[in-house]
Amino acid sequence: MAEKHSPLDQFSIHRIFDLKIGEIDVSFTNSSLMMVIILVLLNIFLILATRKKSLVPDKLQSLAEMSYEMIFNTTRDNLGNNGAKFFPFVYSLFMFILLCNLLGLIPYSFTVTSHIIVTFAIAFGIFLFATVLGFILNGHKFLRLFLPKGVPIYLAPLLVPIEIVSYISRPISLAVRLAANMMAGHTMIKVFAGFVVALGVFGIAPFVFIVLLYVLETVIAFLQAYVFAVLTCLYLNDSFHPSH
Amino acid sequence: MEIESAKLIGAGLATIGVAGAGVGIGIIFGQYVSGSMRNPAAAPKVFGNVLLGFALTEAVALYALVMAFLIMFG
Repeated sequence: MAEKHSPLDQFSIHRIFDLKIGEIDVSFTNSSLMMVIILVLLNIFLILATRKKSLVPDKLQSLAEMSYEMIFNTTRDNLGNNGAKFFPFVYSLFMFILLCNLLGLIPYSFTVTSHIIVTFAIAFGIFLFATVLGFILNGHKFLRLFLPKGVPIYLAPLLVPIEIVSYISRPISLAVRLAANMMAGHTMIKVFAGFVVALGVFGIAPFVFIVLLYVLETVIAFLQAYVFAVLTCLYLNDSFHPSH
Repeated sequence: MEIESAKLIGAGLATIGVAGAGVGIGIIFGQYVSGSMRNPAAAPKVFGNVLLGFALTEAVALYALVMAFLIMFG
């Protein structure tokens, strides 16, 4: 038998082109390749879908319109009047994460968002942007975010550190939620695939379970991308109106 | 006790935290079903919040899982 395969092999990074800037390794890896493929696919999909601009949309155009409408409603509900300003950002974020999650389900491909460093880079960028925006728009009044209204002053020394910790845990929770969901789902699929081979004839039972797991994983891909987008809108809204 | 056994026991204990998420998800969907039986017309409007609540609660279960992995392989 060849070397032992682990269900976690699918998350390993392989370099395709070696590239170094000084001491920093910026090689083109399979993760970068997947991101490039996703961007190209997304652009092709949106350009093709909106080419005809017919009033009664055909199938491809209605796909684009449905995703547009869902994110537009989300930004309008959570951000209010500033919704239209942040819509391109939230839409790009949502579609990128959605395609990252979905394309990782294809066998032998790579899930970009299953690495915490990728999701943490995105989440930390959003967190930094929201905090800086909050301070620019509100000045020192942004710190009112940490003291909810109607709290008696003697409770403040207890409540404010808790609020600060909860605020700082936002990018961490955003990142870990997405990465852990992706990693756990894909690892389960590989583990049950191992069972199919090991059981021989009775491997039909784990196989049916894998089919159901794929359905669940597809739903989770959509759900996690949507939750990421909604929470981004909520955190951005906190920058505009800092009060709990 | 050897460090390997301690790691395995720690990982097993950390998985107990997933129980809370099971209770939470059950509460979310139970309340949704109960509320939509009282007011079926409002059910589609609130379904988005149901999915959001489910994802947020599931995240807590995954934090426990991540802790278990960190203990096992860290």
